[in-house]
Amino acid sequence: MFEVIGKSLKTGVVTTSYPLTPAEVSRHTRGKPEIDWANWKDARPAARVCPTGAIEFTDEERKRIATLDLGKCIFCGLCADADPAIHMSNQCELATRERAGLKLSAKYQLTSDGMHERLLENPAAGSAGGQSLEAVGQQLQARIRSMLGRSLHIRQVDAGSCNGCEVEIVALNSPIYDIERFGIHFVASPRHADMLLVTGPVTLNMELALRKTYEAMPAPRLVVAVGACGCSGGIFGLNYATVGGVDSVVPVDVYIPGCPPNPHALLHGILLAVNRWRGT
Amino acid sequence: MNLLPDLRIVLDELTERFGARIEHAHAPQPNELYLHTKLELVGALCSAFYKKYQGRLAGVFAEDARAERDVFFVYYLYALDAAHGFVFVRVPVPSDNPELPSLTNAIHAVNWQEREIQDLFGIKLLGHPNPRRCVLHDDWPEVYPLRKDFDLHTKLPPFTGARHRFREVEGEGVFQVPVGPVHAGIIEPGHFLFSVAGEPVLYLQLRMFYVHKGIEKLFESLPIPHCVRLAESISGDSSFAHATAFCHAIERVAEVEAPPRARALRTLCLELERLYNHVADIGAICTDVAFVTAHMHAMRLKEAVLRVNELLTGNRLLRGMPCLGGVRFDFEDDQMRAAAKLVDDFEKEFKDLVELIRSHSGTRDRLETTGVLKPEVTRNLGIVGIAGRASGFDHDLRRDFPHAFYDQVRFSVPIFTEGDVQRRMVVRREELFQSLGIIRQVLEKLPAGPIQTKIEEVPSDRVALGYVEGWRGEIFHWIHTAPGNRLARCKVKDPSLQNWPALSEAILGNIIPDFPVVNKSFNLSYSGTDR
Repeated sequence: MFEVIGKSLKTGVVTTSYPLTPAEVSRHTRGKPEIDWANWKDARPAARVCPTGAIEFTDEERKRIATLDLGKCIFCGLCADADPAIHMSNQCELATRERAGLKLSAKYQLTSDGMHERLLENPAAGSAGGQSLEAVGQQLQARIRSMLGRSLHIRQVDAGSCNGCEVEIVALNSPIYDIERFGIHFVASPRHADMLLVTGPVTLNMELALRKTYEAMPAPRLVVAVGACGCSGGIFGLNYATVGGVDSVVPVDVYIPGCPPNPHALLHGILLAVNRWRGT
Repeated sequence: MNLLPDLRIVLDELTERFGARIEHAHAPQPNELYLHTKLELVGALCSAFYKKYQGRLAGVFAEDARAERDVFFVYYLYALDAAHGFVFVRVPVPSDNPELPSLTNAIHAVNWQEREIQDLFGIKLLGHPNPRRCVLHDDWPEVYPLRKDFDLHTKLPPFTGARHRFREVEGEGVFQVPVGPVHAGIIEPGHFLFSVAGEPVLYLQLRMFYVHKGIEKLFESLPIPHCVRLAESISGDSSFAHATAFCHAIERVAEVEAPPRARALRTLCLELERLYNHVADIGAICTDVAFVTAHMHAMRLKEAVLRVNELLTGNRLLRGMPCLGGVRFDFEDDQMRAAAKLVDDFEKEFKDLVELIRSHSGTRDRLETTGVLKPEVTRNLGIVGIAGRASGFDHDLRRDFPHAFYDQVRFSVPIFTEGDVQRRMVVRREELFQSLGIIRQVLEKLPAGPIQTKIEEVPSDRVALGYVEGWRGEIFHWIHTAPGNRLARCKVKDPSLQNWPALSEAILGNIIPDFPVVNKSFNLSYSGTDR
């Protein structure tokens, strides 16, 4: 008994102050891929090496629409290896409320050999990767303050994940991230839950269980899709055994990209979802 | 044929005994022997390997070769630990009315694997004690996804088939307790049906494959470099081990070896993976017997490892690091120092944690003699990895089939025979100290030089086995290459697949409240099993 207390006293407080302080990630961390849209010479090499189709393009009459979909991205950085116009930033808070908000598209005039001659349309500024960090930070601070007296109960469902997302979700209960400091609590039953935190891709064998879990929740209820697979089906996509992202089965309020999203990214997405809930 | 001396003896003896009935033998690698024979020899060879050569039936799988040879091929993989070699027995199964005699009655280890062949290829099992559906649940239509004429993107109609019926357990005061697939904690989905009389469990039925996502079929559709990323997503907590096993298989097909520095860095990453998982499991075992403080300290240690993983490889689960022919990133001095510091800090903190758990007699009371897996059943069930080593099965691919840099470092393999939850925790504890030693040695001996051997296009129609001792146990990736830098087949074998039935054994006679801790002491991968 005394050893236990002694060890705890000796250890002290280890909890991060995130989101009041920035995410604690290293400079080597691979977060959002940043594309230098104006100087991007050719979308094809990056699209070729992308294992999930997160970078795609369609050509029509010497014009090309090139898209980066953070909802499919697994942040492997192979595109950045293949293309000098792309580099991996360490920004990891990428959650959005709209699936479309994770897609960035630019339009190019093409040369005869399929290279980008000039940029015709820029991607909408700040559309992907959620709101600008600063704005989210201010909103969050206001919300967090107002939320502290409240409680949010989360039921987590693995609807087909590889367990990578679960490794990180479990970390939210660790003393480092300690999600309970926000009054947020993981519960054992959907009947006690306000939010369903779902990882994917949704498999055929889990589709019914996911639907039933959702239906067992009392309204109002929130759904947060976690990870590349939860957002879009990820590297598994749609196949004979999967039905794709979480929103193909239940309505989704917030999408958290990542493979897996780190605990900061998860906290960001969960808090974003709660903010919206209060607004409606 | 370049073959290990011990395998040569096996081959000579078998050739003498079976003569021309072994139609062809070849060895693409000195420790990987293939015997082509007929279905009628399966039983006799199985008995020879299992009894005479002390081999383990480590895997059974099929492949659709109807287009080229008008047959399905079924492969039996025997691991001969003492001879340090693998032997594959390949037999053809005719494409019209395909049938396969079951070995499950003799060797329980292949129960699920044989049923998987039946589900995915439509090869009927003869004499299987429980030939019901497993991978594809009972309500699926009649489809055979791993046949070549089945398209990966087939959209199946809504399921209308009958739901699964569990076996009934009857008697006065017997109750059924269903759990899952959605569990109370943050874990993967599976269904457990307990039959209990009072508190003790009489019978446990497992229903898995809820997260079957067509991974083996998907491997056949992707260019080989993309498959590395897919391999990382087979089982999230073993990302590096699975992807490295896959890369190892490709390297063996391409007849190249990763450079020494790459192999050392692979070993480093494999041990980091072992470190964070073992410490997390030790903590979780404590939490399941209500010693939550120990769990909190363990999670703190796990977080320290994940952050170093991120600093070293850009990803907390070491994703993005593996690649064909080596690894993708070399480490700068500050990264090396961070790794060395982690080992020192971790060791000190972990010793404290061990002491804390030791000082808590209540924990030991709950863990000792709980969930015993008897050594005498492990061989027949084919139990591997941590669970095997806690129940007297002395094996470890790192020692018996050295891969990566493991032939250059010293370590011991802890073995216990009691087979209870306590010993499965102690195996983790001891392995953890060994891992710290291995990481230190790697950092000291790290060879200079390149970290990648370029592999352009992989030759077609070759076969190879890639293997890695992951933190849970042995991981196999068997590949058969196709033209155009693609795969005709990739068989993924996570240790969980054959370890799951051990849980049904270990829980017998225990009380339901002990199930979480027994389950956690195995901590098997659902996704790795279901694929």
